[in-house]
Amino acid sequence: MANTYTLIASSTAGSGGVANIDFTSIPATYTDLNILLSARTNDASIYGAIKLQFNNSTTTYSGKEIYGSGTAAASYTRGVTDNGLYIGDVNGNTTTANSFSNFSIYIPNYTSSNYKSVSVDGVEENNATETYSRLLAGLWSSASAITSVKFSFTGATILEYSTAYLYGIKNS
Amino acid sequence: MAAGSTYVPLATNTLGSAATSIDFTSIISSYTDLILIVSGTVVTNGAGIFIQLNSDTASNYSFTYLSGNGTTAASGRRASQAYIGFNWNTGWSDTAQCNGIMHLQNYANTTTYKTTIARSNNANGSSLPGTETTAGLWRSTSAINAIKVYTAGGGNLASGFTATLYGIVAA
Repeated sequence: MANTYTLIASSTAGSGGVANIDFTSIPATYTDLNILLSARTNDASIYGAIKLQFNNSTTTYSGKEIYGSGTAAASYTRGVTDNGLYIGDVNGNTTTANSFSNFSIYIPNYTSSNYKSVSVDGVEENNATETYSRLLAGLWSSASAITSVKFSFTGATILEYSTAYLYGIKNS
Repeated sequence: MAAGSTYVPLATNTLGSAATSIDFTSIISSYTDLILIVSGTVVTNGAGIFIQLNSDTASNYSFTYLSGNGTTAASGRRASQAYIGFNWNTGWSDTAQCNGIMHLQNYANTTTYKTTIARSNNANGSSLPGTETTAGLWRSTSAINAIKVYTAGGGNLASGFTATLYGIVAA
């Protein structure tokens, strides 16, 4: 059978950073999507929330999260955060230099007419206090096929060398 | 892993009506690892998604879980079970779409017991929602040649439930 883990698109923030990372016109020819995101922002906080939007939708997101900080574990319910799905925190500009947060986001059956269930694994490491390992279940309550994905960070710029890779996976 | 060089679909099944299980049989041994993707809903709200390997129904499985239901983080382990759970302390929904991802490492070797790493996600179910990861062990040196996907307590996987098995090649 054919190999089916295919790079659809990639994005690398250049000098000066970017406000958003956008994947648009995602083809409907795959079964699942997998996005690998590595990001850092110039936010003054140690960490801040990065959000995800499907099809530029600002509503009907929900989530259940568990994380470990190195000293404790906790779980939270996540709703709509800054008009998107909260997927985790990313390193701000006061964290250890050259440290980026990393995420794997898996979206099965992204073209189906069912609501879209999302799996997120994330890490925010800092070689200091306030480090996190995170798992999140997300749901976008929309019957629309996913045709675009946007990552954004409210009030800060996604810094140079941040990357995102969008892969398509076919089941046949 | 180089993009496009591996990750081969071995089999896929989407249920046209509710069923007790999805079975993958005659799994070839020419890959290094397997990845099992499941998505959909269950008939009984809050049911878990389990697997059995090679039709082994004996208590040769164990797993350790880490889960969060939106309020509480928990971890525990289950020894001498008849299955490995995608989830244990959370459940799947009968209405909201859920998903699971399981890696089965070095599945074709005949020397070591088999290990799994799984993720389960139910963001919005009305019973036992949450996100969970499990590390599983099947105490058998047999190569894995069959996987059964089913729900707890003899319930059904709902119509539209999908399971796909991929083969991963190391070289």
